Amino acid sequence: MGSFDFARDDSFFVMESLDQIKSRIEAAVPGAKIEIVQNGSPSQQRSLLIDNEHAVAIARFLRVDPALCLDFCSNVTGIDWLDRVVKKTTKVKTLVDGQEKEIVETTEEKIPGYLEAVYHLYSMTHKHGPVIVRMRTADRAEGTRLPSFTPIWRSAEFQEREIFDLYGIHFEGHPDLRRILMWDEFEDYPMRKDYREPDDYEWEPTPHDAVLEKAKQHYTPRPELDGAEAIVEPLKG
Amino acid sequence: MSATIETLEAMERPPVSMASRLQGELLEVSMGPQHPSTHGVFRMNVALEGEIVRKLKPVFGYLHRNHEKIGENTSYLGSMPYTDRLDYFCSMTNNWAYALSVEKLAGIEVPERAEYLRVILAELTRLQNHASLLGFLLSDMGAWGTPLMYAFREREKILDLFESLAGSRMMCDYMRFGGCRVDPSDEWLAQAKQIAERFPKFLDEFEDLILGNEIVIGRTQNVGKLSAELAVNAGITGPMLRACGVNYDIRKVDGYGFYPRFKFRIPLGEHGDTYDRLMMRALEMRESVQILKQAFAQVQPGPVMNPKAKIRAFRPPVGEAYGHIEAPKGELGFYLISDGSPNPYRYRVRPPSFINLTILEDMCLGHTVADVMVILGSVDIVMGEVDR
Amino acid sequence: MSQIDEQLRTELQRQGVWVTSMQDLYNWGRKNSIWPLQFGLACCAIEMIATAASRYDIARFGGEVFRPSPRQADLMIVAGTVTKKMAPQIVRLFNQMADPKYVIAMGACAISGGPFKQGYNVLKGIDRYIPVDVYIPGCPPRPEALLHAFMELQRKIDEQKLTGADKAEFLKPDQPSEFPVPRFGRHDLEPRANPNVFQPPVLER
Repeated sequence: MGSFDFARDDSFFVMESLDQIKSRIEAAVPGAKIEIVQNGSPSQQRSLLIDNEHAVAIARFLRVDPALCLDFCSNVTGIDWLDRVVKKTTKVKTLVDGQEKEIVETTEEKIPGYLEAVYHLYSMTHKHGPVIVRMRTADRAEGTRLPSFTPIWRSAEFQEREIFDLYGIHFEGHPDLRRILMWDEFEDYPMRKDYREPDDYEWEPTPHDAVLEKAKQHYTPRPELDGAEAIVEPLKG
Repeated sequence: MSATIETLEAMERPPVSMASRLQGELLEVSMGPQHPSTHGVFRMNVALEGEIVRKLKPVFGYLHRNHEKIGENTSYLGSMPYTDRLDYFCSMTNNWAYALSVEKLAGIEVPERAEYLRVILAELTRLQNHASLLGFLLSDMGAWGTPLMYAFREREKILDLFESLAGSRMMCDYMRFGGCRVDPSDEWLAQAKQIAERFPKFLDEFEDLILGNEIVIGRTQNVGKLSAELAVNAGITGPMLRACGVNYDIRKVDGYGFYPRFKFRIPLGEHGDTYDRLMMRALEMRESVQILKQAFAQVQPGPVMNPKAKIRAFRPPVGEAYGHIEAPKGELGFYLISDGSPNPYRYRVRPPSFINLTILEDMCLGHTVADVMVILGSVDIVMGEVDR
Repeated sequence: MSQIDEQLRTELQRQGVWVTSMQDLYNWGRKNSIWPLQFGLACCAIEMIATAASRYDIARFGGEVFRPSPRQADLMIVAGTVTKKMAPQIVRLFNQMADPKYVIAMGACAISGGPFKQGYNVLKGIDRYIPVDVYIPGCPPRPEALLHAFMELQRKIDEQKLTGADKAEFLKPDQPSEFPVPRFGRHDLEPRANPNVFQPPVLER
């Protein structure tokens, strides 16, 4: 057993800031549209929203660039964003009856839903990360497409298949895109927010909350007559 | 013992030219989901040429119990017991990974004693996980019973510790956002210290009994080789990655918890074969005992819960966080998106065993079907985590 | 057993003569050599292994011979969550077992879906497709609980009659030994339950 070595090198590099990475990608991949997605939580993990056309070129740059060398794609996941309605209230000054008044106007902005794929990239060579990359589909319809990163990071292979299975994003360029967790005949995308699972709660002894609502559909109403009215004469001891 | 290794390495594996080989015809075999050595309900569709594996496709989902969907319909705290059931050998490290991610998401501090307790419990978990893995691996190789019994004897001691602390043998549900659930007594710490100190004795015995065994060496050396480049590209983590010689351990790289306070070494393999993967576990257990000894010496009385941390009606700020730790099987990460409500909008588990299976086919090609079981055993999977 | 006087029997036993009935001898042999199917599903399987390991030692009850082949097994311990993807395989395995065969539903998931009951891919109890003899609650049940279930099963076997009108179910020719295997549907398993085995109680509320 003497042949085993122990790691001697504990050093790691400090990664450049996300803004620097963004400007370097834009220089390296002409035409790439990149947006930094802010993160309000204390984790401070901001991410890069990249456009689907240049996604593969951007990913290859992140993988190959000697300063970044993000050779380890740790986590790939999908997110379902439903259609949202954002209410905005704005104070508008208008002339009412010749006088200037402030009126609160409520405008409703409808943000169409989309599916999102998020990649967490690390570097095992430089021991830094994460650089978070996200891609968005145009809408939530069937057969939404995104480019696959499996040719660049093999670790995305099963995870992208899982996203295809549970969210229904088709990854173009994936070598073997089949259902992975559910059976092949299954048709729904169960991790989508609007998925309704089959109702098999016929028997639920102690339901509560959402389960109670489901279980109620299986209840038969209590009969109005409970049998007591059949007793005509009081029992005599 | 090293002499044995050299002679066996010099010996070439016999060229496999089976008489039963058909004229290039492949025989398709479905191994699993009910199979004695697939560690649960894992299934592989294997195409065989004689005894040689020419194609292998893993089939998942037989234990897909919708962990992520349930996590999105439950409060943050409500998911904690579910994390126990991900990798059911290592509930403590699962708890820690989840607690760490939520702490990142909400910016919660953890008191000093709780951090020490987390390290202690994680390393105890690593000990029992690696010990039982070696037992299972040898049982897959044909050493039916004995090594597993020895491993489970040690595992039971650690499970007793967990039970006296958390109330359950396997499903501990011990950690909370901002600390730990209960404070262990001094007797518990003394008992745990004793078990940790006696553990190397078991390791000596186990290594003498098994790791120098000629059959074990013959069955594992040069079997299921994995190159460092492929391992990194395929996202392999944990002991499997380090067996290929890649120095990447999140305990060192991220320095989460109090790991920077401890002196420990990261064992690295050379060949990336099954033997190296087996030895990584054995060597890591010794390092874990070192960490435990230091932790028991350093831990001081104090609070185990951050009093500012909210347990009930907990609503983290809008945002997202990805936290990961070095679980016994590899990088276990949780990716959480909060929309300000009591339930996470997205709850994602990055399971090490699932992603470590990516290159199972590459490792098995060209080996006999009997080696597939050994290679799969050395990957160290738990189906609860693979399928979630 | 009723034909022989109890006093006479003890007297004979004192003299070294052991008198028993065919039924008792047969059941005694059966109940002390239950071979379980070696097959685990989830967390509970680890506790099942712990039960078989040295500390709890199921060999004390004659159940340590775990058979990987259903043809050689008497007992199926459904140890863990049954998913919808796995349910057809479990029914098929049960069909492949030779009579007499018994089922222990180990843990909350095998009984009802347990903590994962809300899952879209989780079967809400294995008793929807196959008959269950002993249920053990717990998540996971402790090894002692599995031993208890094992002893309950032994008691059940011991009480089974070989002849007469109330003889054991597996001896009756009209009793089914195989159960229909559910198919994978487009949204769910088809059928959702076997109506001959599973009848959900009617809840009046």
